[in-house]
Amino acid sequence: MALSRRQFLNLLLGGGVLGWLGSVIYPVISYLKPPKTPEATIQAVKAGLASEFPVNSAQIVKFGRRPVILIRTDAGDFRAFSATCTHLECIVQYRTDLKQIWCACHNGLYDLKGRNVSGPPPRPLEEYAVKIVADEINVTRSAGVGS
Amino acid sequence: MTGGKNVTRKAFSWLDERFHLTPLIDFMRHKYVPVHRHTVWYYMGGVALFLFIVQVFSGILLVLYYQANENSAFESVRFIMTKVQFGWLIRSVHSWSANLMVFFVFVHMFSTFFTRAYRKPRELTWVSGFILLALALGFGFTGYLLPWNQLAFFATKVGTDIVGVVPFIGNAAKIVLRGGEDVTGATLSRFYAIHIAIIPAIFTIFLGLHLLFVQRQGMHEPEHVAALPAEKKKLIPFFPNFLLRDLLLWIVVLNVLLALAVFFPWELGEKADLFASAPAGIRPEWYFMFMFQTLKLLPAHVLFVEGEVLGILVFGLAGIAWMLVPFWRVKRRSHEPSRAMSIIGVVMILYIVGMTVIGYAR
Repeated sequence: MALSRRQFLNLLLGGGVLGWLGSVIYPVISYLKPPKTPEATIQAVKAGLASEFPVNSAQIVKFGRRPVILIRTDAGDFRAFSATCTHLECIVQYRTDLKQIWCACHNGLYDLKGRNVSGPPPRPLEEYAVKIVADEINVTRSAGVGS
Repeated sequence: MTGGKNVTRKAFSWLDERFHLTPLIDFMRHKYVPVHRHTVWYYMGGVALFLFIVQVFSGILLVLYYQANENSAFESVRFIMTKVQFGWLIRSVHSWSANLMVFFVFVHMFSTFFTRAYRKPRELTWVSGFILLALALGFGFTGYLLPWNQLAFFATKVGTDIVGVVPFIGNAAKIVLRGGEDVTGATLSRFYAIHIAIIPAIFTIFLGLHLLFVQRQGMHEPEHVAALPAEKKKLIPFFPNFLLRDLLLWIVVLNVLLALAVFFPWELGEKADLFASAPAGIRPEWYFMFMFQTLKLLPAHVLFVEGEVLGILVFGLAGIAWMLVPFWRVKRRSHEPSRAMSIIGVVMILYIVGMTVIGYAR
């Protein structure tokens, strides 16, 4: 198929415009995507002394960049879960009156095994392992928790 | 006096010769505004515009001291409120005016809806107005984070997570919006840029178009007025009569705004802590409350879909449908105003007001 001179020039011009747009838009879109900052893979954190941790209470522990909620139950044992609500990422808290984990944002409730029991959260909280070594609380990733 | 008048006249004819201003002035002089029992609604858009102008000026003043940084944003707003002369007033005016602006945009939108001013030939005026509403909500959402307090931090976490739910592009959009995986100082920088540069630029374009459409097409007449014979219609000139009334109302609004800013100064709250539990009573700005409350009430799963995903998709689709209101084909009986449309409008208002009240009551 023979191209007329006009068609040829239109093709050249159109292609040029497309190429030009691409060469402008591609770097801009790439610029908007934040570069990945390397995150140190933390396997364990220390969270204070067990003897100083009151029963029926909780605290938020920094696990690298992630918040983890460390709870000491009435019975005295320790539990740790990801503190990020599985609904819309608010940070949960321990309710001493309900003895459950509560998210204030949308009234989600989890039991002390991290299972979502009421409200909008769709999934349970990830569990972390807690070990007490010489009275020191160590929170570590459980098997199966994402890296 | 006469000398002054002469100078003005000379300056005018100098400009007129070059820019042909006379046709523009004739156009304004020949523009009339209908007077009827719904005339009051014509002022709502003007009030929203006035509050936008207040936002631009108070915003520029705030920028002179504000520092968009994780470590200094909260402190700089506190500095504005406690150390800078009249800083408390400027910040309070900016916050109050933002809320009043959104309120009047809503009033303007619903009055347009109920008087059916969106119909042909004003379809694009409605669409541009809807885009302005969406941008105004964007202004509110991004501005809410800037003082970097606890409430704003969690509202932003939730709000940006909602973006992530959108199919296909959601996750990428969330990361771009947050400047990373989580809400951090990087998010604050982005929101600041969006709040003071990106949205204002887009807003200005759509506001210009919106006003141009209104000027070009004139005021909409409700059906009962349009049906009147020409001699029974009451009209007032846009310039200067309507414009002066507009200005008078703007002064009233400014007074109300100042009274609110002085007697109910906007709070700053507590500084955001990235590792603290969300406090009880967490809530977004009031105009997001009905959506927030709906998400709270939805169960974890509806059939096989996660509750939040369903809620957000329904709100998204409802928003698009609302933008396309002028293009709906609703069957009408002869010249009766369509009842179905009124019912839809009333149900929407009841839903928004009801959910907002429940949200605050709990």
